[in-house]
Amino acid sequence: MDPLRQSPSPSSSRASSPRTLPCEMLGYVGIEAVLDQLKIKAMKMGFEFNIMVVGQSGLGKSTMVNTLFKSKMCKSTMPGLGVPTPQTLQLQSVTHVIEESGVKLKLTVTDTPGFGDQINNDKCWDPILGYISEQYEKYLQEEILITRQRHIPDTRVHCCVYFVPPTGHCLRPLDIEFLQRLCRTVNVVPVIARADSLTIEEREAFRHRIQENLKTHGIEVYPQKCFDEDINDKILNSKIRERIPFAVVGADREHIVNGRCVLGRKTKWGIIEVENMAHCEFPLLRDLLIRSHLQDLKDITHNVHYENYRIFRLNESHVLPRGPGWVNLAPAPASVPAPAGPQASPGPPKVCWWAKDNSDEEC
Amino acid sequence: MEAEANSGSPEDSWAFIQKPGEGCRTVPLAGHVGFDSLPDQLVNKSVSQGFCFNILCVGETGLGKSTLMDTLFNTKFEGEPATHTQPGVQLRSNTYDLQEGNVGLKLTIVSTVGFGDQINKEDSYKPIVEFIDAQFEAYLQEELKILRVLHNYHDSRIHACLYFIAPTGHSLKSLDLVTMKKLDSKVNIIPIIAKSDAISKSELTKFKIKITSELVSNGVQIYQFPTDDESVAEINGTMNAHLPFAVIGSTEELKIGNKMMKARQYPWGTVQVENEAHCDFVKLREMLIRINMEDLREQTHSRHYELYRRCKLEEMGFKDTDPDSKPFSLQETYEAKRNEFLGELQKKEEEMRQMFVQRVKEKEAELKEAEKELHEKFDRLKKLHQDEKKKLEDKKKLLDDEVNAFKQRKTAAELLQSQGSQAGGAQTLKRDKEKKKTREEKSVSDGTCTTPGKHPVVPCALVVCAV
Repeated sequence: MDPLRQSPSPSSSRASSPRTLPCEMLGYVGIEAVLDQLKIKAMKMGFEFNIMVVGQSGLGKSTMVNTLFKSKMCKSTMPGLGVPTPQTLQLQSVTHVIEESGVKLKLTVTDTPGFGDQINNDKCWDPILGYISEQYEKYLQEEILITRQRHIPDTRVHCCVYFVPPTGHCLRPLDIEFLQRLCRTVNVVPVIARADSLTIEEREAFRHRIQENLKTHGIEVYPQKCFDEDINDKILNSKIRERIPFAVVGADREHIVNGRCVLGRKTKWGIIEVENMAHCEFPLLRDLLIRSHLQDLKDITHNVHYENYRIFRLNESHVLPRGPGWVNLAPAPASVPAPAGPQASPGPPKVCWWAKDNSDEEC
Repeated sequence: MEAEANSGSPEDSWAFIQKPGEGCRTVPLAGHVGFDSLPDQLVNKSVSQGFCFNILCVGETGLGKSTLMDTLFNTKFEGEPATHTQPGVQLRSNTYDLQEGNVGLKLTIVSTVGFGDQINKEDSYKPIVEFIDAQFEAYLQEELKILRVLHNYHDSRIHACLYFIAPTGHSLKSLDLVTMKKLDSKVNIIPIIAKSDAISKSELTKFKIKITSELVSNGVQIYQFPTDDESVAEINGTMNAHLPFAVIGSTEELKIGNKMMKARQYPWGTVQVENEAHCDFVKLREMLIRINMEDLREQTHSRHYELYRRCKLEEMGFKDTDPDSKPFSLQETYEAKRNEFLGELQKKEEEMRQMFVQRVKEKEAELKEAEKELHEKFDRLKKLHQDEKKKLEDKKKLLDDEVNAFKQRKTAAELLQSQGSQAGGAQTLKRDKEKKKTREEKSVSDGTCTTPGKHPVVPCALVVCAV
């Protein structure tokens, strides 16, 4: 059973079109120019992208983000000796604007220091899910205004990169719990962090075991199979799915190797080049996130995850009793994990909630 | 009516960067990251989704609307020319699938039929306004749905309205002014002078000036091509000055020089459609399709549709005055809609049930009729059988009587014969025997006595022989 909404993929051909007659054009009209118009408009508007990195401390999350975007996005958090570890999970967001070849990108990186660091990590995913829901809520509130802005600021998390510690065995219960809950509300890309501690064979074995684990627990990571539209997408995405989770190494220092200046980690037994496919799979991650699937990530977030949240939200308000608390739709923190609340127990998601998305008879 | 410039408010470009309170700064990149492929990714997605463009042609019958569409898109769209005897204004809408390169366009052309033909034209604009509103309404309904499929929705909202002005050479007709005034807040109006080969160049300039001044003095807001983006600002600016475009449409190709061109031939010369000196067709095509198609769509969505949406929601009685009530009010709409929907469903269910009951009744009646008929038939046949049977029995009886009578006569005759031949002896014996035989046969046939009857007869015969 598919936990994700079984809607037609974000940009498939229109289903509800009127009867159309195909027409042959006898000469050049210039319809193709609309593509250029689109490009100009997009460049003028700029792009937004929000990424969240989740993982235990010390897995190299901040370094990875810096490596991905080749700039000092986040300060690597290395708490000093006297600084106590954070007692609760705190989310920190930083926003930067980066520009390349005239394309402006407003990038927001949300870091999660303290995730999985406590002794009792029960419900440590709640603040994260709460944050994601909060962003959806903000967007929804903007969208249902009567006088709305021309461009609604998009703070929804488009992609969540989950760092799996390189134990070499399999996914831990904490990982499984978290991934199960998260894959339903946001696009999740799991990566094997600090992969320089695994040999190539260990890496492959670990990857296979993780893939098995994901399948057993019904966790659908990005790129989700159900959103492949046509055969090209399927082929491309299958290749990616084979390699998920990517084994990555992050580095923000440059070293000289064979006369070239490369990003890498220097150890006594060699220099691990970050951008070398033979050493680690960082280029794959970067290509997936930035060069080829960025727009797709945003589209799936907007057309699927956000719509699911909206349906849930609009339906539940009928259940809420009318009373002094009814007017205020902003959910109290206790009820924030409501989207994931009903499924308190891990395992296959309850039919009733997801059936609402799948059934077309609901209004 | 807000006098917002068509060129997009400044909040458009990069506003979310410059918003106060957002502590984001520009960070330099140390190398090539690769997100400059983003516009291409976006374009690829759009291409796979396909585009959709809807044009509304408003103008009197016979001004060449269909021909102009054919000329613009270099094809022959199906359709018959309208007559002048329409009782009211109607809109005819057709959708076509055009493909150029790898760009697929779903083009919808809506044409007014019978505009300006009636004697009383007071209500001529109403069907047009209603149509445009209906498209907005459909989109709004889809957007307000709980389970919605906006990315798959076929957008039927009118993106551009080409208003055809008759080439009188004097000024706008009052019908034109009234209609355009009603439409300008709902759709992007691009006025064009149709069949402009009827006007000479000098008259044309005067006509254009007159039209523009009339539009301005009546407060009609026509679509201005956007001049905020540098790449198109210049050309759009010059084109803005040429509005309204004087166009000619023609699908016939004539050989001019050594090329085939679209043109109209007159005894005094040939008018070439694509010659900028002859008419503004090329300008219209440039503006409408090649440069501003996307902007037209955007204006429709972000200005006209938003205005409609705001008016509609306010009409329903919702405001966003205080932050608490805004989601509240829309929730009420949802609940109201839900109840309405349920009510409708129930009504439909009732209707269906009624229909079902009625059908069952009808069927029952039919079946009863058939049953009755069958019974009658059965009775009829039965009666027939009985009659036949009776007749046959009568006949049988008659036959039996005749047979009896015959037998009696036969015995009588034989008796006579036997009396006459008693002296014969053996012959008589033989005859006796024969007689006895026949008597036996008779007695047998009469069913009286069989074997016992034989005995007395035989000894008699023996006795006779002994004698």
